[in-house]
Amino acid sequence: MTNTIIWTIVVLAGLGLVLAFVLYLIATKFKVEEDPRIDEIEKVMPGANCGGCGYAGCRAFADAAVKDTTLEGHFCPVGGDEVMTKVAGILGIEAVKKAPQVAVVRCNGTCENRPKTNIYDGAQTCRIKAALYSGDTACPYGCLGCGDCVAACQFGAISMDPQTGLPVVDDSKCTGCGACSKACPKHVIELRNKGPRSMRVFVSCINKDKGAVARKACSAACIGCGKCAKVCAQDAITVQDNVAYIDFTKCKLCKKCVAECPTGAIHAVNFPVLPPKKEAGNEQ
Amino acid sequence: MGGIHPCDSKFARECPIEVLPLPNTAYVSMAQHLGAPAKPVVNVGDYVKVGQVIAEPGGFISAFVHSPVSGTVKSIGPRADLAGNSVTHIEITVQDDEWADGIDLSKDLVTDIPYTREEILDKIKACGVVGLGGATFPTHVKLNPAPGKVAECLIINCAECEPFLTSDYRIMLERTKEIIVGVAIMQKALNGCRCVIGIEENKPEAIDAMAAAVAQLGFPDIEVKTLKKKYPQGGEKQLIDAVMHRQVRSGCLPIDEGAVVQNVATALAVYEAVQKNKPLITNTLTVTGDSIPANRQHNYLFRIGTPLSFIIEYSGGVPQTTAKIISGGPMMGKAVANIDAATVKGSSSVLYLSRKATLRDEPGQCIRCGRCADACPMGLEPFLLLRLCKAADMPQLEENAVQDCIECGCCMYSCPSALPLLDYIRQGKGQVMGIIKSRNIKK
Repeated sequence: MTNTIIWTIVVLAGLGLVLAFVLYLIATKFKVEEDPRIDEIEKVMPGANCGGCGYAGCRAFADAAVKDTTLEGHFCPVGGDEVMTKVAGILGIEAVKKAPQVAVVRCNGTCENRPKTNIYDGAQTCRIKAALYSGDTACPYGCLGCGDCVAACQFGAISMDPQTGLPVVDDSKCTGCGACSKACPKHVIELRNKGPRSMRVFVSCINKDKGAVARKACSAACIGCGKCAKVCAQDAITVQDNVAYIDFTKCKLCKKCVAECPTGAIHAVNFPVLPPKKEAGNEQ
Repeated sequence: MGGIHPCDSKFARECPIEVLPLPNTAYVSMAQHLGAPAKPVVNVGDYVKVGQVIAEPGGFISAFVHSPVSGTVKSIGPRADLAGNSVTHIEITVQDDEWADGIDLSKDLVTDIPYTREEILDKIKACGVVGLGGATFPTHVKLNPAPGKVAECLIINCAECEPFLTSDYRIMLERTKEIIVGVAIMQKALNGCRCVIGIEENKPEAIDAMAAAVAQLGFPDIEVKTLKKKYPQGGEKQLIDAVMHRQVRSGCLPIDEGAVVQNVATALAVYEAVQKNKPLITNTLTVTGDSIPANRQHNYLFRIGTPLSFIIEYSGGVPQTTAKIISGGPMMGKAVANIDAATVKGSSSVLYLSRKATLRDEPGQCIRCGRCADACPMGLEPFLLLRLCKAADMPQLEENAVQDCIECGCCMYSCPSALPLLDYIRQGKGQVMGIIKSRNIKK
């Protein structure tokens, strides 16, 4: 009896030792040299694996960043400058600075502004709806309102406003990864610079139809009249295909265009409410 | 395999074809066929005659477009189609009804076919004939099999398996002999192969008329075959199975099994093109539905490019109880999002459906009953495909042959939980087809 137990222990222990030696040999023979910096970088990454950087996940990003000698073209929108400085520190190179971005919904076709012209009762996803037809309003460009962007957001930063039927972005949660923008079949969502204290001016419409047609479909549509472009001192506004676009790198947030727009298609957000006489705070 | 048996509801079957008057303005779409859109060859302000070429093919798979009316070209530009998407249209203000030279407008039947195969194909191409069964695939391409492929059997699709539609049935009764000559022309274009005309059993008058015409005209190797009434009997692959007892394998074309399938309305268009030099500028359309009274159902011979709103107005407006207007059959047709849209070559109906007949129920949960798999005529598993489409699992979707889906809608029709099966599957199919296409290009 005791003999059996002893032999069992001896055999198993021996087997363990032999196999451990085999494993050791294999490990030394087939050792993959991996840059320890990859692990280090991965540790400082946000770990969201959102794909906003263009890679499959944080590890893939770290791998690519280490392999490439510069950080040009590698940017983690979620971590922003803070994380990128750390990554640059690990790699011993200079960080590429990039202004933080935020998702902006460029459609103001609320139920009031843009009345429904038909009823859609198919599958409730924007992608399918867009493939079937132009949508249940007269505007073939605007938000379809099924919330593909909400489903795409990993950070819970977008929600549908039941009152307007449009998605609302929570600036504090949005990381600018761009998942919503990719999920939107109508390309309504754009990534724009967050701006100082989140202040932004943008055209909340992408309707390329002629003014009269666009206006008929939606009372808040950009009609491409070009008044905003005329009033802009920074040359930041261009009107192409009957729709105005404000270049966020040139815009100085003077808000002159907002007052000029006849349909209210230009939105200024997060500006402090000031007494009307003094607007110096916005002109930087 | 599979299939469903919806009530055929052919209310307009006894209504003779009436000629629809000319509209004031015709809007001719440049994307009336499968493949590349046509390129306009007229300018604003030009005077065009009926049957004059106004657009050229934009690629190999494309077709000529002819003016359906005579008048002045008012504008060329984007206009919303049925689904509200912008498509280039040529707008023509109708002035009179002057036909281009060389078009034979007499009603005499011409049975001699003195042309060679190439001449026939050229004539069909020049007249812009496309398949009128729904897919609007250019006919001259289909009648010209790739080198090495031989057509053994020409199948004429007279199934008209979609409920409500009666335009094919009416032309089979009223223009029987012309159709048979058209069939013989296509047969000649395919080097004289065997031909089977497949008609569903719920149209006995059409079967008798077609068989009598075949016997009378005496063309060889044309046979009329009675098919079971079943949806989608008129699907290309289903028809080949029913007539030739052969299954077209996944990823293959009908010609790989030696079959060429053409619609009956296409046969008529081919007759008019080859024997009368008349381009494809008219087609037959049914105005019907379950929310429209029996005395307001019509079959019209319309000029392509007539706005739907004109047809609706002429036939007495939209009935009050209508919840949805569909262009095409109730199973595969498209809901009309824009009634100002113009009719195209493939338009086959204006269908008014009531709320009860058309609006979907709130989707529930899949209860794994398997009815969709029973109904699928292609032997797919729609419930599985739905799940894979939702998960966007492209490799698995391809493995489960989503690209074989013919989008007939049997799965959705049979689903007791009212799941939007086809909506998702169509989406997944599109993506998988894109992947396969890009892979083939890379090779």
